[in-house]
Amino acid sequence: MHWFLFMFYALFAAGGALAVVFSQNIVRMAFYLVISLGATAALFFLLDADFVGATQLLIYVGGTVVLLIFGVMLTSSSPFSSIKNTPAELLQGGIVGLTFLTLLISTALSVNWSQSPEMVGGTQLARVEEGFNPRQEGNTSRSIGTALLGLRFDRDLAGQTVAAPVHEHPATAAQGEQTLSVAPAERLSTGYLLPFEIISMHLLVVLIGASYLARAKRSRTASPV
Amino acid sequence: MISPVLAKTLSDGLNESTDSLHGSGLVEWILQAFPLLGTGGALLLAAVIHTALVGLFFGLPAFIFIWAERKVAGRIQDRLGPTRTGGRFGWLQSLADGVKLIQKEDLAPEAADHLLFRVSPYIVVVAAFSAFIFVPFSDGWTAVSMDIGLFVALAVLSLEVLGIVLAGYSSASKWSLFGGMREAAQMVSYEVPLGLTAVIPVVIAGTMNLNDIVSMQSGGFWNWFLLHDPFAFCAFFLFFTVTLASNKRAPFDLAEAESELVGGFHTEYSGMRWSFFFLAEYAAMFFVSMLAVLLFLGGWWTGLPVLDQALVALPGGAGAWGYLSRVIAMVILLSKTGLLVFVQIWIRWTLPRLRIDQVMTTCLKYLVPISCFLFLGVVTWPLILLSTIQSSTLWGAPLGERVPASTRPVEMEQQTHPLNERSGSTGHSKMETETVTPLVANSGTLHRTGGER
Amino acid sequence: MTGQVGLNEYLAVAAILFVCGLVCMATKRNSIGVLMGVELVLNGANINLVAFSRFGTLGLEGQLMALFVIVLAAAEAAVALAIVLNFYNNHLTIDVDQADELKN
Repeated sequence: MHWFLFMFYALFAAGGALAVVFSQNIVRMAFYLVISLGATAALFFLLDADFVGATQLLIYVGGTVVLLIFGVMLTSSSPFSSIKNTPAELLQGGIVGLTFLTLLISTALSVNWSQSPEMVGGTQLARVEEGFNPRQEGNTSRSIGTALLGLRFDRDLAGQTVAAPVHEHPATAAQGEQTLSVAPAERLSTGYLLPFEIISMHLLVVLIGASYLARAKRSRTASPV
Repeated sequence: MISPVLAKTLSDGLNESTDSLHGSGLVEWILQAFPLLGTGGALLLAAVIHTALVGLFFGLPAFIFIWAERKVAGRIQDRLGPTRTGGRFGWLQSLADGVKLIQKEDLAPEAADHLLFRVSPYIVVVAAFSAFIFVPFSDGWTAVSMDIGLFVALAVLSLEVLGIVLAGYSSASKWSLFGGMREAAQMVSYEVPLGLTAVIPVVIAGTMNLNDIVSMQSGGFWNWFLLHDPFAFCAFFLFFTVTLASNKRAPFDLAEAESELVGGFHTEYSGMRWSFFFLAEYAAMFFVSMLAVLLFLGGWWTGLPVLDQALVALPGGAGAWGYLSRVIAMVILLSKTGLLVFVQIWIRWTLPRLRIDQVMTTCLKYLVPISCFLFLGVVTWPLILLSTIQSSTLWGAPLGERVPASTRPVEMEQQTHPLNERSGSTGHSKMETETVTPLVANSGTLHRTGGER
Repeated sequence: MTGQVGLNEYLAVAAILFVCGLVCMATKRNSIGVLMGVELVLNGANINLVAFSRFGTLGLEGQLMALFVIVLAAAEAAVALAIVLNFYNNHLTIDVDQADELKN
């Protein structure tokens, strides 16, 4: 059943992407992109990444594609203008694409992922049974939220890192952990607080910059190239 | 777009199926009743049942509210509304409208983009329908219960914009294009204050799981998040206003206004396709009213401690009596939601319409700063209280004590019976969600504590 | 055939999406088509990240990286669209083949 669902969504994702490439009408391309991105969100849900899947739906499908469609509406000189490629260009692009695809897939398939000492046949290692709302079931929001605030309790509390747990005395830590007894604070896993802040500033700058770039200017005669 | 959530339902059952099918009571019951189906078949049947039930709750309220709108509009305008079809009150008016629309000719403009023209009503309907999959209709009655239920519901609801833009574009008419773009701009802009005000109850509750948010509002109407702090009080009214705008309801209904005058994104649509747009609109109205009730107005709790205790004390949580208490809770939830929808209809026929620039000004210049300020206030409110009156809530027990067992930290998981520890003097109580009732999709089992796995 | 879905299947899907995006970026003459190609490339990368987060050793990092990628892609699409709008205002076309002069 898992396989069936995966194939269903993978076909939609790949099919949508191929349709984007082969379509010549820009709005239809946007629609196929929506299909592809929606199927990608479904794949995220299948991979137990609920928060990422929901963010994908909200931001990509509900935001970015709408933005693209608005861009299409605002820049089209006629409702159904389509700038077509010549067949020669399509053939060249197709050949290059196929070559690259075979290269990528053969490389990915030739690596024996289970050979890595930390992976055991495809099962996940860095998973911590947290008792309640375990992350395996897709309940990642708590982990992601605290990671964005700088706390990695999914690693530090279970002793997955070489850090001694936060609340234990360093002397007793040596009994339970297999490694050094160092001061806890220096060996805690770093969270993602700094990237979070940087992204916030980045978004603010992008918001201001994009609205300034796209402001309505005074009308001047546009000179076609 | 129901397919991602279909994936979610099935994959949740799958992840549990490696050790046992304890993940969903409905799946267990199906396997006991029809053992021939196997795991995959049972999961599929469970998903189909959930979809059918959610589809019922998607179609029936729309049916009822279309009739209610015409009656209420009539009464406000000092006339009677439909009085002939189906008896004195015109109850079958919606059905008559539906039959009329079905038998209309299916027109499409010749210059229209045939694929997109046909697909866009379906996108809008599917987006509005899928949002119902994540909300609880009663304690434990969620089709797909997720830790991030509110977030996914809002994410799926935001897909409606796509359908509207594509409808406006593919109609091959300038009026449709401009009307569609304006509507899409309005809906997209109002998602910002919607997100901010919807996050305010999440900040108060500490979880995005709608079932748990409602569980924290049990005990009495003073526990409702509406009365939690003044910022949440204002946030409710802001949320209501923003959802009015997001649903293109008056006084923000430029699409419908333009349809009276010139066009709008649904100018070229006729018959069943047109009715899909309005089915989606009424379903979305119902959905956002239900969200407002779940987030701010206490969900399925009556608000009077005596009645709430009685509701929980109906014996056990399993079997027929637990089922009955949940049905009563659902009726309470639906009545509160109906009240809010009535208020929406009332507002539509009372207030005049806003222009598009006034709509955008309201959103960007007023609602967004106000919602940011309210968010800041809600976040700092417990700190203010702690520094002044040394308690983190104005009345009632601290929210940590109202947390349902399923989200408690690891140390507390030894207590498996949630009613024992919390139905104390504070009057807070919680209906069991961990019990398995055969006829009911049990949402609480997704948060099954480690000891029970 | 109906075995367990492993890492390789997700990598294959991600590779297909990536290559489609790449071909889109390379061949489309409509600038917004190029932007769609960029979105496809980033989505392929995201699937890769989340698949490794699930099947490999990345743990939560894969999902966090995917989140950051989603946010940054949205920001980049906004800026790119603003540039395209400016170009359209000046030249009345969004054909990338016409954008071959540094002036204007």
